[in-house]
Amino acid sequence: MADISYPTDARGAKPRRVMTKGNVILWSTLAVILAYYALPLYVMVVTSLKGMPEIRMGNIFSPPMEITFDAWHKAAFTACTGLNCEGLSRGFWNSVEILVPSTILSIAMASISGYAIANWRFKGSEVFFTILIFGAFIPYQVMIYPLVILLREIGLFGSLWGLVLVHTVFGMPILTLLFRNYFTSLPEELFKAARVDGAGFWGIFFRVLVPMSLPIFMVALILQMTGIWNDFLFGVIYTRPDQYPMTVQLNNIVNAVQGVKEYNVNMAATLLTGIVPLTIYFVSGKLFVRGIAAGAVKG
Amino acid sequence: MKHETALHNLDQTAMTASQPSVSIKELDLSFGAVDVLKGLNLDIAAGEFLVLLGSSGCGKSTLLSCIAGLLDLTDGQIFINGQNVTWAEPSERGIGMVFQSYALYPQMTVEGNLGFGLRNAGVPKAEVKERIARAAKILQIEPLLKRRPAALSGGQRQRVAIGRALVRDVDVFLFDEPLSNLDAKLRADLRVEIKLLHQQLGNTMIYVTHDQVEAMTLADRIAIMKDGKIMQLGTPDAVYNQPANRYVAEFIGAPAMNFVDGKLSGTKLSFADLSVDVADYPFQSAPGGDLNVTVGLRPEHLIVGTDQLQSAATFELTAEIVEPMGADTLVWSTLDGRRFRVRLDGQTKISAGDTLSVGIAVETLNIFNAATEQRL
Repeated sequence: MADISYPTDARGAKPRRVMTKGNVILWSTLAVILAYYALPLYVMVVTSLKGMPEIRMGNIFSPPMEITFDAWHKAAFTACTGLNCEGLSRGFWNSVEILVPSTILSIAMASISGYAIANWRFKGSEVFFTILIFGAFIPYQVMIYPLVILLREIGLFGSLWGLVLVHTVFGMPILTLLFRNYFTSLPEELFKAARVDGAGFWGIFFRVLVPMSLPIFMVALILQMTGIWNDFLFGVIYTRPDQYPMTVQLNNIVNAVQGVKEYNVNMAATLLTGIVPLTIYFVSGKLFVRGIAAGAVKG
Repeated sequence: MKHETALHNLDQTAMTASQPSVSIKELDLSFGAVDVLKGLNLDIAAGEFLVLLGSSGCGKSTLLSCIAGLLDLTDGQIFINGQNVTWAEPSERGIGMVFQSYALYPQMTVEGNLGFGLRNAGVPKAEVKERIARAAKILQIEPLLKRRPAALSGGQRQRVAIGRALVRDVDVFLFDEPLSNLDAKLRADLRVEIKLLHQQLGNTMIYVTHDQVEAMTLADRIAIMKDGKIMQLGTPDAVYNQPANRYVAEFIGAPAMNFVDGKLSGTKLSFADLSVDVADYPFQSAPGGDLNVTVGLRPEHLIVGTDQLQSAATFELTAEIVEPMGADTLVWSTLDGRRFRVRLDGQTKISAGDTLSVGIAVETLNIFNAATEQRL
């Protein structure tokens, strides 16, 4: 206590020191981490814009001497996988056809389940919820073969709808948890007021709760879109070659063993495949964070 | 069967002449092993303003939820306007409800909030508009109709919440601590408005609160609850002047009633070195023999100053703490080893350490059986 000095000229806000030891360490650590993530991306972009002769010179960090989009064009429209030479474009549309119904179906089902569990507490709802959450921790691999048999028996194996079903089912645990927690965090009196006002199960859901739940729907949308888009395993197992999603096709292009390794085409193809999730993150970053903070942490 | 129940109903309410608006019979409610309400009976007359008063956890809000149909009963029945609504949906019971947190739908305008129940009930558009206009006029929220709840102040929100019950043209209004989220000034204003609304509309109103000022000012009758049971049901005057038991006596009144242990032999009451003849005390049942009692004295019923000539007994107190509150001054002292409060006129000059002479009047005493805590 004895040695505290009180500057006599102290007045107003306390000045902040910028170059403290802690700050230097903090910022240099952050810079290293940034480089660790950003450099590979830089190399990919640069390589995809070079021609093959330039790549063979081996200077992977140098910017392209002559910018060419040939590799991008080839990756998108003419690269060959097996017998078909349409590039990634077909995989892209396959992925879209898988993504749209899977996302809509899984979010619709999970939001309704979460709402029922949070607000209507039917007999056995807690048990149901526990089983669902438990499902989130079972490794996918355990269920792959049983699912193959199941899909074969109901005649959906190898079809696009089979894969949609698989994505919907696997999205249920985490999404239901997400929605249930969000709906639990909404004031209970609102639900009671709606019941007194004569709104039923669907009326309360669609006209009171859903309009208030944009953030959590955004989170679910982002989780599902990126998750399903990036999926490789289910795509390769549950569909036929002509319905392979973009990720599987990308693998087939990059890992082709015949001919010359076209690094620029591989890089371009990889970037093309990653564009969709990247765009989603950039566009919805703020909403995503808000939704996560609103729903996932509580409860 | 239905006919029989109706007859039974008439029998029970023959005393009150008309059919009760809300009638609760043998209501039990338990959550798991916890009994929240047990064997509760309550009849509420048409047009009556009943306040359910109690500290938190006494079951008052739970009882209101049961009447609203938001909770399933464990046992018992609820009748509204003679109909057995025990299994009816909240919207089918002819009730409107106002919540503490307002519970307005945030994505709808005020107009949308008011009309939501009517649209759910399939009321024609023109009539919805008309009813909203009428409710808005009564509550003076007409300029706010196009706004969202987020753009309203607390008082305006609660007005809209009341309006939402109003447009539904129901016989019974349920209020669940509607003023608890408002600041003191606004609370007093809206309290008067609710009373005015009740006089204007003449509906049955059931009002839950933990605030005794709200209860005393609004109620025709107050039901004071504790541990899921009604401790006393009576007019504000009765619960204040003739509390049925010690709990009610202690709960009602601020500052709280003083209690002193005493002994009653015939009409001779002795406590704290005093002996008072209580022949004039309105005994509910004349006690025989010696009895241990608790004597309750309201701080505002103690006689100080020149009026003491009329008092049955006087004693001296030392002022330990003096709390001046403007209109009146509260003096804290000790009698018979317990805290003792005296309320004085705000103009009285007194400071800590002064001696105060206090007189008591027999008719303002409250005498309770020390063992049963019931009023004698």
